[in-house]
Amino acid sequence: MKKIEAIIQPFKFDDVKEAMKAIGVDGMTVTEVRGHGRQKGHKEVYRGQEYEVDLLPKVKLEMVIPDARLDEVIGTLTRSARTGKIGDGKLFVYEVAEAVRIRNDDRGESAL
Amino acid sequence: MQRNRVVSLLLFVSATALAQGQDAGARLAALESSVKAAQSAGDNSWMLISSALVLMMTGPGLALFYGGLVRKKNVLGTMMQSFVLMGLVTVLWAVVGYSLVFSEGSPFLGGLKYLFLNGVGAAPNPDYAATIPQQTFMVYQLMFAIITPALISGAFAERMKFSTMLLFMTLWSFVVYFPMAHMVWGKGGFLNAALGGKVPCFDFAGGTVVHITSGVSALVCALYLGRRKGYPHEPIKPHNLALSFIGACLLWVGWFGFNAGSALAASPLATSAFVATHFAAASAALGWIVVEWIRTGKPSVLGGISGCVAGLVAITPASGFVKPFPALLIGLAAGAVCYLMVTKVKSLFGYDDSLDAFGVHGAGGTLGAMLTGVFATNLVNESFNRPLGAVDGNGGQIVNQLIGTLFAWGLAIVGTLVILKVCDWILGVRVNPEDEAQGLDLSMHGEEAYNLEA
Repeated sequence: MKKIEAIIQPFKFDDVKEAMKAIGVDGMTVTEVRGHGRQKGHKEVYRGQEYEVDLLPKVKLEMVIPDARLDEVIGTLTRSARTGKIGDGKLFVYEVAEAVRIRNDDRGESAL
Repeated sequence: MQRNRVVSLLLFVSATALAQGQDAGARLAALESSVKAAQSAGDNSWMLISSALVLMMTGPGLALFYGGLVRKKNVLGTMMQSFVLMGLVTVLWAVVGYSLVFSEGSPFLGGLKYLFLNGVGAAPNPDYAATIPQQTFMVYQLMFAIITPALISGAFAERMKFSTMLLFMTLWSFVVYFPMAHMVWGKGGFLNAALGGKVPCFDFAGGTVVHITSGVSALVCALYLGRRKGYPHEPIKPHNLALSFIGACLLWVGWFGFNAGSALAASPLATSAFVATHFAAASAALGWIVVEWIRTGKPSVLGGISGCVAGLVAITPASGFVKPFPALLIGLAAGAVCYLMVTKVKSLFGYDDSLDAFGVHGAGGTLGAMLTGVFATNLVNESFNRPLGAVDGNGGQIVNQLIGTLFAWGLAIVGTLVILKVCDWILGVRVNPEDEAQGLDLSMHGEEAYNLEA
């Protein structure tokens, strides 16, 4: 099993969610986060007081998928989250040692 | 027989004529009293509405305007600083404040004739407003006494102890507001233009009394308390400009009660003040936006609403004296001047007038008071029946305006400084650093505005 952690543009979140649903990936956990990579921030001015805002709002998705579907999911995710501009985000893949469905103690990929 | 008939006919006719004469007199008297009652009803209804409008300027108007400009950990504390004055000043006003402002006394402070509102009832006080109950006049003026100290709170936002603020505002009402209001508006007051003042200074709705006193006191507070922790190198951004936007628009509407209500009647003068008020707000909003657009490349919402408030401040003393086009000019000047005050002058001197109470009310009030001396005209306000300002050929009025302005500045600086010293000695003015970091909402009031998990 693999865990995918993707940090994407907030306004692309709905596209990504729909694309995941379309290929049958049902489970995901979503967090609103702030951060930056190479994307520069922006300037805000309040009554002449200037602030550089370099931590920008992003959405973080976490999902755990069977090993066999990794490339498919990565492909779908990148296609649906991409605008082609700096700031589109990144995704990271982790090994998952175990998964347990709390309701009935299912283990492994059948718990996903 | 025939003769008798003639006599009785004559008697009948003359009796009828006599009765009709008496009847006409009585009907005239009844007519006069019903006209008077109708005028009183009209004026009184406008003045009660105006009173409500002016209270609306403090809560929710100013509370929202200021509340949106602070960080989210201080929004309740900031709103409370305005709201609690609606309670505190009302009590002070009822007990002795109204008397100290509006009963006759020395040129600098009124007497105790209306202590506990003694004798302030349905009968009008013809010195001030001959067609409305004195009680209406009293409650209308109370709303001014509430909002004036509330304006100061913009300068010490996010760092003043609540207990100290209550003491400060109580003392400030007695030391600065009551004397200044008496001098300008009270019968026999030193600066009163209509009721026997030595130096007649025109202040229709409170340029000196409300905006200069509060704005200048705000500067003194900002200097005395020092900057907020982290200012100016850490970002201290407004947490919700949508709240501020609603607040500013409520201020704009409420200001019609503030200025047009100061005619104290539903009269053509009220209309004129209404128009001047609106025009100045409009041009000041545009003025600020345009200057900002040129200088920073973007016209901001905060700029627009700050501009409209600056224009409303500047037109306040002039509103019952100037024609519509001078009102547009006064607004435009206020928008540009106040923009430079809050963006350039503040950063030049480095004081933390957190919500720009001085930059908007102090500067805008001073500008408005001086320009009133230029543009005041007998064509608008005929009650004086003489040349009023420089446009009427009475250039000397500018000197009177300057004297009134200097009085307001002097009283605000000295009074506020002394009061702050006293408050600091008794209670300490500033919250401790932990409380400041935690925010006033939790540290002073034990609650939070936004409980998103609830």
